[in-house]
Amino acid sequence: MEQLLGFAVPGVPYGCAYAVFAVGLVLTYQTTGVFNVGYGAQAYVSAFIFAWLVDDHAWPTWAAFVCAVVIVGPGLGLALDRFLFRRIPSSNTTAKIVTGLSLLVGIPALLPVVFGNQNLVGAPSIVFNPDTVYFHLGADVPVNGIYLSAVLLTVVMLVVLVLLLRTTRLGLEMRAAVESPRLLELEGVNARRVTATAWAVCGLMAGLAGVLLAPTEVTVQAQDYVTLMVAAIAAAAIAALRSMPVAAVVAVLIGVLSLTAQGYLPTSSFWYSAALPAFPFLVLVGALLFVPGLRHLDEATDPLSSVDPPPPPPVAGVRGREVDRLVRTVFFALLFAAVVSMLTWMPPTWETVLNQGMAYSVVFLSVTLLTGTAGQLSLAQATLAGIAAFTAGQLANHLGLDFLVGGAVGAVAASVVAGVLALASLRLRGLGLALMTLAAALLFDVAIFPAQAVSGGTGGITLEPRWLPLDLFAPNGHAYFLVVLLVLVLCAGGVALVQRGTVGRFLAAMRGSELGAAGIGVNLPWQRVLAFALSGALAGVGGALLAIQQTVIAPGEFNYQLSLAFVVIVVTTGVGTVEGAIQAGIGLVVVQQLMQYAPQRLQGLTFVLFALGALAYAAHPEGVVELEKRRWTERAERVLARRHRAPATPAVTGRP
Amino acid sequence: MTGDDRPILELDEVSAAYGPYRALFGVSFSVARGAVVALLGPNGAGKSTVARVASGLVPASSGSVRVDGRDVAGEPAWRIARFGLAHVPEGRGVFDSLSVEENLVLSFQRRGGRVQISASLEQAYERFPLLKERRQDRAGTLSGGQQRLLSLAKVLVAPPKVLVADELSLGLAPGVVDDVYAGLADVRREGTALVVVEQQVDRALALASSAVVLERGTVAYFGPPSGARAAVEEVVDRRARGRRQAASS
Ligand SMILES: Nc1ncnc2c1ncn2[C@@H]1O[C@H](COP(=O)(O)OP(=O)(O)O)[C@@H](O)[C@H]1O
Ligand SMILES: [Mg+2]
Repeated sequence: MEQLLGFAVPGVPYGCAYAVFAVGLVLTYQTTGVFNVGYGAQAYVSAFIFAWLVDDHAWPTWAAFVCAVVIVGPGLGLALDRFLFRRIPSSNTTAKIVTGLSLLVGIPALLPVVFGNQNLVGAPSIVFNPDTVYFHLGADVPVNGIYLSAVLLTVVMLVVLVLLLRTTRLGLEMRAAVESPRLLELEGVNARRVTATAWAVCGLMAGLAGVLLAPTEVTVQAQDYVTLMVAAIAAAAIAALRSMPVAAVVAVLIGVLSLTAQGYLPTSSFWYSAALPAFPFLVLVGALLFVPGLRHLDEATDPLSSVDPPPPPPVAGVRGREVDRLVRTVFFALLFAAVVSMLTWMPPTWETVLNQGMAYSVVFLSVTLLTGTAGQLSLAQATLAGIAAFTAGQLANHLGLDFLVGGAVGAVAASVVAGVLALASLRLRGLGLALMTLAAALLFDVAIFPAQAVSGGTGGITLEPRWLPLDLFAPNGHAYFLVVLLVLVLCAGGVALVQRGTVGRFLAAMRGSELGAAGIGVNLPWQRVLAFALSGALAGVGGALLAIQQTVIAPGEFNYQLSLAFVVIVVTTGVGTVEGAIQAGIGLVVVQQLMQYAPQRLQGLTFVLFALGALAYAAHPEGVVELEKRRWTERAERVLARRHRAPATPAVTGRP
Repeated sequence: MTGDDRPILELDEVSAAYGPYRALFGVSFSVARGAVVALLGPNGAGKSTVARVASGLVPASSGSVRVDGRDVAGEPAWRIARFGLAHVPEGRGVFDSLSVEENLVLSFQRRGGRVQISASLEQAYERFPLLKERRQDRAGTLSGGQQRLLSLAKVLVAPPKVLVADELSLGLAPGVVDDVYAGLADVRREGTALVVVEQQVDRALALASSAVVLERGTVAYFGPPSGARAAVEEVVDRRARGRRQAASS
């Protein structure tokens, strides 16, 4: 008993940290309709600023608290509402998730850029002194300020929020605003203000959580950042994103059970090294598979959505024949010029860069197919790419197989994994599906890719020239360029064919409305598995191509952040078309290369650019490039019409 | 009734569009205090759009909308609602995810404190005992007819100056339609002016003091109910002829 207590009690602050975030996730979902995984990042901002003010500027604790929690917290929440989430139509689940994830990735990268490198070591405690042992549980299990702060914070926050949501006027209005802001306006309530208030309240809670948890060192900054996030998401999922008390209890249990198991399991066993880190992921996957409430997450729809005009059709569909011919000619001329330059005068650095861009383009085509055409959001595309890369590496290593052949085998493996993932999550849609793929990606990051048998451990797999016959590894040879170009053209052509063919039409129907698609006889489960499998294969091919350009394939290289970045980049550029994917791939490497010339402090900005991309995306869900294309097409059409003096047909435009 | 003879709702040359798709072209009519106007016309004529422009859900691109003499063009929907215009939208007009009681409270709490809210609830339950039975259930589990009654209950307890009711009878069994129209008659008795959007011409005209017939976003008829039926038939006729021509060419 004494031993059990000794193992279990240290789990309490972890569990409370998970609980605070789980409750925050449920709160934001209930009051704003957004599953805001960026909540952790919001907490981090307040904690960061608090520590920065106290340590570096010697502010008194109370003043720093007021600034970081009472001002910055709600302010950040309001800013998120004003500049991001307000612009996203509530039915656009993809945009909401992608935006939240970009915050999660972008904000921690931005802070060091703004404030210089900092850490939170010296963050003072507000309520209890962390080092003081206040009393003992049983005979000798000490309870110090960390435990007390964590428990107090969790309980107080839970009680306050439940009361706010269930018994107050504001709580009722916030819940109503989530379902239909317009219907709420018809009741004479300013729905925008209600939603803004909700974001401010969530921001305040996030700030409070960040500052109070910072000294306990189970914070967003610790290396178990991912575990914190996943445990919180899992607890929120088990509560079906509805009940805050359930979420809190489950979160505490996850923390306590993990630490208790950690105490009892022998450190050398498989259970300790693989199963324990995977525990929160398994809880999350289990919740997604078995909690019925999660299947209906996106179903409560706004009855007044019929007031919105339909989204504008893609540019390619509306541009006139003449403009179309012009665009095509210019495109092929550019392509030809690019190929000739590559083979003749292009400096090797830039050739490498563009090669990489083409490899990325192949991976991005997988997003185009899955998200753009079929309307399914996957946050595991980098994982799929990694599966193919490691498969090719191991096959070459053990069997001496040609890396390109191994890459093809790897692509098949990635395709199978994607198919299985789709099969497992057949009953999920929208947010549920995104979380499932995120869980899979994180599971691979934490438990599978680091394994010796997969990636050769932390050292990774070192590529050897003899694995490739064609001199492909030689940086200056053009062989690799030709191979990537060929693969890219084949993949792009393939995706374009799929989009235009029967399958593409089925997938597009599924994207429009699953119910409607089922109505016209589309076999939804099969189409979805097919879309995932095809997309997995594309990601795998791209992953193998990316791997060839490196000397070592390391386990951390295909992590969930990269998947996130992929999705954000593609959806911001334009997820609907093959051109969009290629522009995204080339654009990414060109920006990265240009960043090389930027000052050291700005290196972290690549991720910030993603966040900015998300900002642009929130305003124009069809993609930035798509938007510009529309503008230019309209301009060109006007010019052409004037020249021919033809009776100008009123172009149907998306911009009134 | 007050001696005030300004119309309670007045549309003057109102045009409106959904993004690039234009839906109304210079619609004008007015609703006198306490009057009932039937808003008729075939599917897609623009009836719901008129209702939405009146309540501010869709902005008018030109023309003016006056509620109780006040120009509300450009005002957000919530402010127009506070000026005294209630709009029960087409289809579902209640919050699915809230309970029946929460739906009612949401509506009442703008006007008073806790005491007043519970008095209002009493009143609503007295008029519609069925709602009392189901007050803890989510409104999404109510049948279509019960949802319309819930919408009417809100309006009955705190009567607005004008109620725009969009196709209240759509998809209901005849018996339930009777209940809904009984509710509408009650609302009228409270002194509220009504704009009744309907496909069921007879029902609406029986209640109406004047009628508007819309055709492709314009007013084809505005006058006493007696002439409305002929106007509707003419519009339907014209549409059928247009279709036939389109098909043959
Ligand atoms: N959300 C929308 N986006 C684009 N067009 C719409 C939208 N809602 C209605 N319309 C169009 O506006 C016109 C009028 O529609 P509506 O007012 O709903 O007609 P009614 O209520 O008389 O059936 C129709 O041509 C319809 O297609
Ligand atoms: Mg209608």
